[in-house]
Amino acid sequence: MTTAPKVPARSKRGWAGTGSGLPGWVFLPAVLGGVFIVLPLVAMLVRVQWSQFWELITSESSIAALWLSLKTSTASTILVVLLGTPMALVLARATFPGLRFARSLVLLPLVLPPVVGGIALIYTFGRQGLLGGTLDFLGLRIAFSTTAVIIAQTFVALPFLVLSLEGSLRTAGRRYEAVAATLGARPTTVLRRVTIPLVLPGLISGAVLAFARALGEFGATLTFAGSLQGTTRTLPLEIYLQRETDPDAAVALSLVLVVVAVLIVLATRRRATEGSL
Amino acid sequence: MNRPRLSRFRGVAAALTALCVVTVVVSCSSGSSSTASSTTTAAASSSAASSSAAANSSVAPSSSKATSSSPASSSSTASAAPAAAGTLTVFAAASLKATFTEIGTIFQTENPGSTVTFNFAGSSDLVTQLTAGAPADVFASADTSNMTKATTANLVSGTPVNFASNILTIVTPPGNPAGVTGFADLANPDVSVVVCAPQVPCGAAAATVETNTGVEITPVSEENSVTDVLGKITSGQADAGLVYVTDAKNAGDKVTEVTFPEAAAVVNVYPIASLSAATQPELATEFVDLVTGPEGQQVLAAAGFKPAP
Repeated sequence: MTTAPKVPARSKRGWAGTGSGLPGWVFLPAVLGGVFIVLPLVAMLVRVQWSQFWELITSESSIAALWLSLKTSTASTILVVLLGTPMALVLARATFPGLRFARSLVLLPLVLPPVVGGIALIYTFGRQGLLGGTLDFLGLRIAFSTTAVIIAQTFVALPFLVLSLEGSLRTAGRRYEAVAATLGARPTTVLRRVTIPLVLPGLISGAVLAFARALGEFGATLTFAGSLQGTTRTLPLEIYLQRETDPDAAVALSLVLVVVAVLIVLATRRRATEGSL
Repeated sequence: MNRPRLSRFRGVAAALTALCVVTVVVSCSSGSSSTASSTTTAAASSSAASSSAAANSSVAPSSSKATSSSPASSSSTASAAPAAAGTLTVFAAASLKATFTEIGTIFQTENPGSTVTFNFAGSSDLVTQLTAGAPADVFASADTSNMTKATTANLVSGTPVNFASNILTIVTPPGNPAGVTGFADLANPDVSVVVCAPQVPCGAAAATVETNTGVEITPVSEENSVTDVLGKITSGQADAGLVYVTDAKNAGDKVTEVTFPEAAAVVNVYPIASLSAATQPELATEFVDLVTGPEGQQVLAAAGFKPAP
């Protein structure tokens, strides 16, 4: 009360209660938005048949789907790190004509509907696709194989790591790298000893996000890889199929995915204080 | 102390007003766009990808309980306003898209002032939507089990009428590169076969044919819908797929059809019924009569449907 006249400009605009400096009306849509995200999760929790929950998520097809999902997501995350890290380094550090255009292209899978991604993959890696003949010649059959699932997941998850890591690289700046170089370190040594350790939180958070995206991949997998238990039917596809006959099982499996997603988000948030995402 | 509180209150009021406006605009536009899209996409080409995407989009507005109420109610009030003759809402199985769109045009010509809007999706999806309270006047299912689900849930008024039937057929990429000549060839391990999953009607039918013939297929994929099976064939990913005769006909020269005599024993029956929650019960009855009458039957036969047994 006594301080109010001293700083009139601030108390007029600020939200004294929280000290956030935000105008009060911002909180209303913010809370509405929060409710909008949480309410569907609550609705799902309400629908879960807890008495049969364990039985539903441990059925043979569910276990097969969960196991396949974890395997393929891990494989695609490794691919994403191997391909995405150099991509992020080039995008953040190199200068060449068309860099902006290249960055937009890299982000394409992020904004593309997954079904479209799946169709594009069919015409690339499919039997009659662009690389189909070459792959056939090499004796590789990708159609309807677990490899197809991994390709689809890598395709959609790659931009998440590139975006996250590129942001970290830009935030970290080049000063330490420059110093290391002036001290006589060769580019590979600088990359290994300075750059990568510096952006490790961003790399980890990007990898975790990519893993989460791969785990939830549905559209591209369904279009490109098909759906067969133990081979290509990942957890989201299993949920989609179970929904046809056994909605209770679909809800139970959905909850498993939600729990995994929440764990991933928590893990990333804790680690990624320096990351861009 | 007084002034900031007042301004804060005004800010909240302004935000509320803005939110209300946004909500109204969104619900109106989504209501009208969903009806518009269902009529336009129905007329559009029926390539596997576009039709499956359209099916998904038509599912989206009403599939979740939370969002279904606002667009649905806005569309029904909007439709009630302009014409006393009314708008008839028909929920029909995805495989009926082409034929029912045509029948809908005939219906509108015969009943001037009336409008027919369609929601095409998988039959089980439609039952889920109806159970969740989606407003509709007529329901046409691609199998009897989903119609039974609707009758058990007291959604149907009167008794459902069987109006068509469909049998399975083999489709291959154009020119039949794997040289499939009959159902028994599908057991050949060198032929990659795509079928529907046993959980969905087309997959159940395929499983019955397997049991009847003793031919055991090891599919490379068990898809969720006929359109997904068709997509794998038209894109040349697999050598052969089991779909309905009408799907094969609809796909035209994008596939080669290989008919097999054993299919005739497994008939998928399509029932239609007007719904107890119908806002246009008379129009609903007329539509059902049109589908089961000679004009509707002619359209269905032209698309490859067999008459109801």
